[in-house]
Order: sequence, then structure tokens, then C-alpha cells
Amino acid sequence: MKPRPLLTQALIQPETLSGLSLKDWDLLIRQARHANLLGRLAYRLTECHLLSQVPEQARAHLESALGVAQRQTQAVQWEVNRIVQALEQLQAPIILLKGAAYIIQQLPTAQGRLFSDVDILVPKPQLEAIELALKIHGWITTHHDEYDQRYYRTWMHELPPMRHLTRETLLDVHHTILPETARYHPDPQQLLNAAMPVAGYGDRVKVLAPTDMLLHSATHLFHEGELNHGLRDLSDLDSLLRHFSAQDAAFWEKLIERAKQLDLTRPLYYALRYTTMILDTPVPPTTLRAAQVGAPSWITRQWMDALFRRAFQPPHPSCEDWLTKPALWMLFVRAHWLKMPPWLLIRHLFHKAFISPKDPNI
Amino acid sequence: MHIRIGSYTVHIRSALPSVSQGIHLLYADYPLADDDAFADFHVSVVQPNNLRRWIAPQVIFRFDHYVPFKPLPADQAYPLLEWGLNWCFSTQYHRHLVIHGAVVERNGRALILPAPPGSGKSTLCAALVARGWRLLSDELTLVTPDEIAVVPMCRPVSLKNESLQIIQEFESSVTMGPLAFDTSKGTVGHMRAPTDSVLRSQEHGLPAWIVFPKYEAGAVTQLNPHPKAGAFMQIAENTFNYSMLGLHGFETVTQLVDRCDCYAFKYSNLNEAIDIFNCLSEA
Repeated sequence: MKPRPLLTQALIQPETLSGLSLKDWDLLIRQARHANLLGRLAYRLTECHLLSQVPEQARAHLESALGVAQRQTQAVQWEVNRIVQALEQLQAPIILLKGAAYIIQQLPTAQGRLFSDVDILVPKPQLEAIELALKIHGWITTHHDEYDQRYYRTWMHELPPMRHLTRETLLDVHHTILPETARYHPDPQQLLNAAMPVAGYGDRVKVLAPTDMLLHSATHLFHEGELNHGLRDLSDLDSLLRHFSAQDAAFWEKLIERAKQLDLTRPLYYALRYTTMILDTPVPPTTLRAAQVGAPSWITRQWMDALFRRAFQPPHPSCEDWLTKPALWMLFVRAHWLKMPPWLLIRHLFHKAFISPKDPNI
Repeated sequence: MHIRIGSYTVHIRSALPSVSQGIHLLYADYPLADDDAFADFHVSVVQPNNLRRWIAPQVIFRFDHYVPFKPLPADQAYPLLEWGLNWCFSTQYHRHLVIHGAVVERNGRALILPAPPGSGKSTLCAALVARGWRLLSDELTLVTPDEIAVVPMCRPVSLKNESLQIIQEFESSVTMGPLAFDTSKGTVGHMRAPTDSVLRSQEHGLPAWIVFPKYEAGAVTQLNPHPKAGAFMQIAENTFNYSMLGLHGFETVTQLVDRCDCYAFKYSNLNEAIDIFNCLSEA
């Protein structure tokens, strides 16, 4: 097996970095920057009291990324505050997903992480009222093409992304966690029922229960078509698994049970397989065995290993081989395959290729 | 090649003759670092490998392998490199406050000229530099949040359209790099930074004046005191990473404005402008 890329090694064992030459640091910073993990690497080094030992030139970039991440944390908190205020008149619960949830709960996963948008999950019956309230408070839709609007509203699990007029922040409003057209149908009501209130935000602002948060994150990663940040997302899973299992001794058992209830054993299997394979996540052997219920056939597994091993390398030429690009392309096709039944996929691709107005700048 | 620009090292690769000519002409005085050095940014300007190279060749700027901008016609390769480097320093590095503005120094005190494009900031900066002011930067003023010092980012001065001729007439000894026509900013050329400024580009500058320049054809030269509150707002608006730095950004701009005398400046005659700033620096 090839030696681990510098970045992966650095995330697992930051203490091994002490012997790096300046040239190695140069490469590590490049790998981390393009993987969107510069902030997390800086945080790992801070956590281990190693940041001050990093050569000055490299440290400047790490400190810069830490500063950006801290500022983004603040911005996300403010954004959540605004969303809650905009939806104050409605009785609907607001479930914060992904990055916003990590930040509001102050999970270690949020430390040093960079965010691009806020995601919320709301009950489908109230979707219209929520969209209207958000519009009144300055969020407008970003996709003006009629086809795109229908694509989201009829087939997807979320409204077209909304952008705030003055702050220009992005908001994704979900009503379930996978597209309506996808193969798996986890029941969103079960997620809403198990969601937990966030301290200091009253009883309407909630986050998913730990098992559900992990399963949601895994489901997204393993259904995602664009894996440019594959390693970053896998590192999120690693961090969530380490954190939740340290908080609750029964977490592993609950996780397996919950995956069965929600029909998400396949994404959980992949999550555990690749976090342990790539990031040495300490998952107990009994859990790994129990997770086998979600394993695909032997042949599919060989395929997935070949594809995901490449997708979870740092996205930098130093970590790629001649199969990396085909692998990413095949995962993109696979994601669409899982997202829609074949007839719909053909129709969608046909529309995107021949009918959607082209960007005049291209 | 690894070029040292002040305290930074940039690794530049390009097989395009116009880029190497530009570098040869404009970066001749810069020290080189060896290939094992740490580079803050790895950039390249290359021709994309597609059929267009035979009909209407294009060039792209790469930050490592990432391509932040759309391709440009091949004859804009050199300015694309300079714009790309500006992009690296203004979006990928947030240890300092990055103000969109020129900064020059005389007698140990720095003059910051923040301004939106078209205000004549670069022309004024080029003229001051041609008359002996030290160039710290013509485009990005980097201010350290702790000491409120200006970190030099001394690179060629970008000039556009009429400014190119004005500066060449104003000072015939300046060296200009390759010209690019019909860019999104019109005709663009770069003026070589004075050797002395390049050699001193490790020395920080102490900000003393903030001047908001405005070129107006036929205007009488006027330097008027500018209220500090207004200066604060204008600096904040012209800072790439003001909100990115949060409280740090606010505090840095506050201290910077506190330490500087602030002026609004209207001009049409470069000689008169230079006289005024020379007087200011001797006061």
C-alpha cells in the first residue's frame, strides 16, 4: 500500500509533523488548503500544543485559516439568530443541520471548519409559510429558471437555495434529508421527533440527535456527486464519531439500531469502512461486524473501495493517480443514479444539455 | 522559479515567452529563493490544452491546480499573472488587513492612497515613486493588526490607458513591461519598481497619512483635511478582508485612522501633486 498522504497523516497524528522539512510543510499547506482543511489542521495542531513549533512561514497560513474559521463561526451564529427571528411568528420547529448544528452545539467538528451556507430542516406542511416569512425578511431564491425551480420543488428534498439580499449569505431549507426521487426514504418525521432543543435557544431551535446527525452526514457524503471536499467531509464524520462515542458509551449500539430504523444501514457501513480505513477512527470491532448488515455485495465493495479510496485523498496533484479523475466522474454518475430513477435522470440530463439557457459568459 | 517579494516567496511557473520576458524585465532586482524553500503561493500561467490554442489561443492562471478565473486571450498573459498574485494575497491570506490602495514612504513615514479604480491612485503612486518615494505597494496595502505597520508588497506598478503615456512623459527613465491591449481595464502595462524599493522590501513602513486621491481633468490641486469618521468608513469599504477579520479588522482600522492625518486630494497636475506631498513629508 502507498504511504499515507502528508495531510491525512497530519490529521491523524499531528505529533509526527515535528520532523518535517520546510519543503514538506510547503506541500502539507498546499494539500490542506485545497482540501479545505487548513483550519482543521491548524486546530489539531493547537489542540496538541504544537502550533508554536511550526516553522514561521507555514504557521502564518495556519493562523490565517484559524482566524477565518473563528470569524465564520461568529457569522453562522448571527445568521442562525436572524433566521430564528424571521420565523418567530410561526410555530414550526427549526432543525439546524450540518455546519450550523456543529457550531451552535460547539462540537469539536466545528473547530477550524470553513462553512459556505446554513442548512435547516423544517416540517413539510409548513414549508410554504416558512418560505414566505424568509422572503419577507430578505432571503430571495437563487434559481430563476423555471426548470430549476421545478427540479427543486418537485423532485428534491429542499427549496432552491436562498440568498440574503444584503448579507449575501446562503440558506438551504430542507424538508427531508434525501431527494424525493432517491432510492432510500428515511422518514423525516422520525428525525423531527428525536431532535433535541439547543440550550439557550428556547424549545423551537433544535439539532438532530447524535445518531441521526451522524447518519445524516454519512448519507449526504455517500450520495454526494461532487466529492471535491470528500476528505473534509470524511474528517467531519471521523470527528463526530470520536466525539459522540466519548460522550456516550452506548453510542455505537444506538447508531446501528438507528440506521436500521431509518433504512440507512448502507451509508453507515460506508461511513465506518472509510473513516477507519482512511483516518484510523477507533470503531469497536463489534460495531464494525454489526454494520455488515449494510454491506453491499463483494463485487460492489471492490468497486466502491477503488472509487472512494481515490475520492478521499487530498484533492491535490501530489495525491492523484491516473485513475483519480475517472473515479470522481464515476462517483458523480453514481450519485445521480441514486438520486433519480433512470427515466427521470435521462430527462434531466437532456434538459440540462440542450434546453437550459447557457451561461453567456462561458 | 521562486521569487522573494518582501517577506513572501512566490513560486511562479510559465512556459509562455511573454510571461518570462515580463518577469525578466520587471523582477530583475528581486532575490530568488532556492527550490527547496517554502513558497507562500504556487502559481502558474499556462495555455489550456485544447483545440483553441490553434485558433484563438487563451491563457489561464492557476493557483496550484485551481483555476480561479476564466481564461483570457493569450496576449494578456503577463497582466493575468499580476492580477492572479493580487488575488492570492487578497483572498488567501488573512494575517494582515488588506486595503485596496497604494502605499509609498518618504523619510520613514508612509502615505496610504486607498481608492476605487479610476481615481488616479496608481498614476499618483507611480509619479511619487519616480520622484524618490519608496514603493511599498501600488495595489495592496497590508497592515499588521498588532503594530499597525505596513508590510511591503513591492511589485510592479499597474498602469492603464492614458496613465501609461502620462507616466512615461513625466519620467522618461521608467521601465515598462509588456503592454496588453483590450483587456477588461483597457490597455494595461506595468512599471518596474525602483531597485532601492525592492532591496528594502523587508522594512515595514509606519503609516502617517491617509489620502483619498481624485484625479479631475483641469482641477486645481487641493489637499483638504478629511474627517476621521469618514476616513474610517472609506477604509473599511476598501478593505478586502475587513469583515473577515471581525473585531480585529475594526480595531486595526480604528488604530490606523487614529495614527494618520487624513486628507482628501484633488489633482490634475502631477508636478504640483508631488510638491504638495514632498512638503507634507518634510513638515
